[in-house]
Amino acid sequence: MEAALQTNIQNCYHCGDSCGDEPILAHEKAFCCDGCKAVYELLEENNLCTYYNLEESPGLTGKKPVSEARFAYLDDPGVEAQLINFRSDKICKLTFYIPQMHCSSCIWLLENLFKLNPGIAETTVNFMRKEVALTYLHEKTSLREVVELLTRIGYEPAITLADTDGKKTTSKSRTIIYKLGIAGFAFGNVMLLAFPDYLDFTQGLQHNFGSFFGYLSILLSIPVFFYSARGFFTSAWEGIKQRMVNIDLPISTGLLALFFVSLFDILTGRGPGYLDSFTGLVFFMLIGKYFQQRTYDTLSFDRDYTSYFPVSITVLKENGEESSTAVRNLQVGDRIRIRNQELIPADAILLRGRAMIDYSFVSGESEPVEKVVGEVIYAGGRQVGESIELEVVKEVSQGYLTQLWNDTVFSKNEEQYLHTYSNIAGKYFIIVTLMVAAGALIYWVPRDMDIAMKAFTSVLIIACPCALSLATPFVHGHTMRVFGRNKFYLKNTGVVERLAKIDTVVFDKTGTLTEPSEAEVTYTGKALSADQAQAILSVLRHSTHPLSQRISESMKGSTAPVTGFQEFTGKGLVGEVNGMLIRVGSAAYLGVPTDKQKDTLKTTVYVSVDGVVLGYYTFFNVYRDGLKKVLGDLKDKKIAVLSGDNDHEAARLRELLGTEAELNFNQSPVQKLEYIQKLKEQDNHKVLMVGDGLNDAGALKQSDAGIALSNSVTNFSPSCDAILDAESFDKLSQFLNFSRKTMTLILLTFAVSLVYNVVGLTMAVMGLFTPIVSAILMPISTLSVMTFATLSVKYAAKKAGL
Amino acid sequence: MYIIFILIAISVLVAAGFLAAFLWAVRSGQYDDDYTPAVRMLFENEVGGGPKTDKAAQKQP
Repeated sequence: MEAALQTNIQNCYHCGDSCGDEPILAHEKAFCCDGCKAVYELLEENNLCTYYNLEESPGLTGKKPVSEARFAYLDDPGVEAQLINFRSDKICKLTFYIPQMHCSSCIWLLENLFKLNPGIAETTVNFMRKEVALTYLHEKTSLREVVELLTRIGYEPAITLADTDGKKTTSKSRTIIYKLGIAGFAFGNVMLLAFPDYLDFTQGLQHNFGSFFGYLSILLSIPVFFYSARGFFTSAWEGIKQRMVNIDLPISTGLLALFFVSLFDILTGRGPGYLDSFTGLVFFMLIGKYFQQRTYDTLSFDRDYTSYFPVSITVLKENGEESSTAVRNLQVGDRIRIRNQELIPADAILLRGRAMIDYSFVSGESEPVEKVVGEVIYAGGRQVGESIELEVVKEVSQGYLTQLWNDTVFSKNEEQYLHTYSNIAGKYFIIVTLMVAAGALIYWVPRDMDIAMKAFTSVLIIACPCALSLATPFVHGHTMRVFGRNKFYLKNTGVVERLAKIDTVVFDKTGTLTEPSEAEVTYTGKALSADQAQAILSVLRHSTHPLSQRISESMKGSTAPVTGFQEFTGKGLVGEVNGMLIRVGSAAYLGVPTDKQKDTLKTTVYVSVDGVVLGYYTFFNVYRDGLKKVLGDLKDKKIAVLSGDNDHEAARLRELLGTEAELNFNQSPVQKLEYIQKLKEQDNHKVLMVGDGLNDAGALKQSDAGIALSNSVTNFSPSCDAILDAESFDKLSQFLNFSRKTMTLILLTFAVSLVYNVVGLTMAVMGLFTPIVSAILMPISTLSVMTFATLSVKYAAKKAGL
Repeated sequence: MYIIFILIAISVLVAAGFLAAFLWAVRSGQYDDDYTPAVRMLFENEVGGGPKTDKAAQKQP
């Protein structure tokens, strides 16, 4: 038996997990569980085995069967109407988010769903967004059947409260692409028309057709001026209204000067104008804007609790009947039933059943917490084990956790970060430009009125800091990509700049500094003999209690048969092995007097053999790999910890973080938010918050930059500025340093673009600026800025090892 | 040389045609997903009821 285990560990044909000791053999294939086998059989029956040919073991484990009664709420027409995007007499269309999607097999199977359910007319996958657009015939099938089918084959769609918040206006910003397209079209054609101007032998051509070319150029430039370039003008106007100067103000003056001077030149027949430069500038700057706007489609940075909470819940009526009710309509006093793995949507009192609440997402607490009848259970926890009955004591939006979102931080629109480098540079730019232009005017007016006007307008034109405005988006856009390669995903390019200014780092403890899935188990007490250890392990193996499982995972060895096994809710276990009576459980259960209990702040499990208490197990947090390195590198910054947990780990944390760090325990979500606020306002710090749970959501939002740490980036993470894959946690300090370095790169790029501006300005004040100079200087400056930004970030990333 | 008016008119019209095609492509969502179609085109079209060949089965140890 053991030899076979070592040499031939079989992996499940469906999901690729190890099959363990006893693989289920069917159809000449091995499966790890009945769930996987059932999916295989379903696919095989419908001739869908191509699924397994595209990728090896593409399936999703079927180990966690879900009760299909869970989807009863989808039969409710109200819920249905909220989820469906389009409905006609025959068909319904809707889009599901399926986080489990991971390979081309998934795409294939999901697009062949119609073979499994003839009521489904069409499915189209968008892999990057992990979405499935689905059309079904509502006479042949129902929404519930579709969802159940998806769940059965392992692709349970994430249907959350947020989906029913009314139709999401999928404002995929295509505007920028339209603008780019039009500007590009105009740029190409205008340049073609302007080209004869720049060559000697075409003078005759220009003589005959000059005005025709000019009018055509105006025609082509008008949509660019009124549509493509509108964003720059409105942004500059907004700035003026708020008495702020941003980078778009000098850009706008430059563009206005360019356009109207060209218009004047062409209409009065003075010359060909600068329309090729004008359209080109708008085109290049829109590319910069496009870079700035790009974000990660697959990730969602703006989730609140509604994306985590379920849509509906089972409510028990007075006569004991069950019915599905939308979570939003839940009222104080309602009795609800929560089944295994379901989420508690509102603060409630436990009425019946054994509650083991897994708060891992809310507080980062790694162990499920046991609750007894009469205790209040806060919303956001997940029940593990049997189904329980609760009475709602607070409405969903008023709960301990959810009231966090009533804070003003969340209602406020994303603050405009006006103090960015380019905006500050823009301010000086406009001052210098106006001074130079005025100087030129003063110098030339007494001498030559014509040159005076020309010099004045050309100064305004050349001073258009387009290269400057491109520097930031390009440097930051490439930085964002470098970070993305290292599994650190930023919401937008502006985050880089905020990261660069950070001087204080605040960590959440549980789940952020510690590894949520692991806990160190230590045994304290009299040494156990091999027989005793085996006996204890045998008893523990019979229990599904998470703590029992934790301990038994940490123990090795074989098991022996257990007789008379019994489990007492909230107390412990008892069982007889080889004549030894083993009892495992809480101190109270084993009768350990209170004064003799040790480590009461920690989770402890006592064991006794034949009525004699031998010792106890304690659980320690396991700190993440690389934490020491990260903390060492962050020495120059102020470090603080905010934990929702009690202070039993204080000594260990102090050792890790050093004496200067601030440690705060027993912090509620609102307190965390207020702490960050205090740091920002009173001490004027730039705060980086690193957290993982819903309880950090307020702090993440309040901080200058909030990073959500996630073990799986597609899973739910609270609203934040960046998502960091837990794997890359040890690179955190590198990311911060690199952000700072990019600011130097931006300054260097500014310097490069300034060289062109100085050359151009010199020519402009001398009245030598002509369309051809503009046509040469403009593309060279923008292209060299783009190239410099791209290459310098690549080089810096290589040097920094990212 | 007046042929140039016609030539330029044609060239601008052709370019405008491409612009329209581009705008239509963006509007119809062809730029929304740049990954899945590349994978999708590699799937073989199967005729229903074909023989159940299972190549992957042979890969199993």
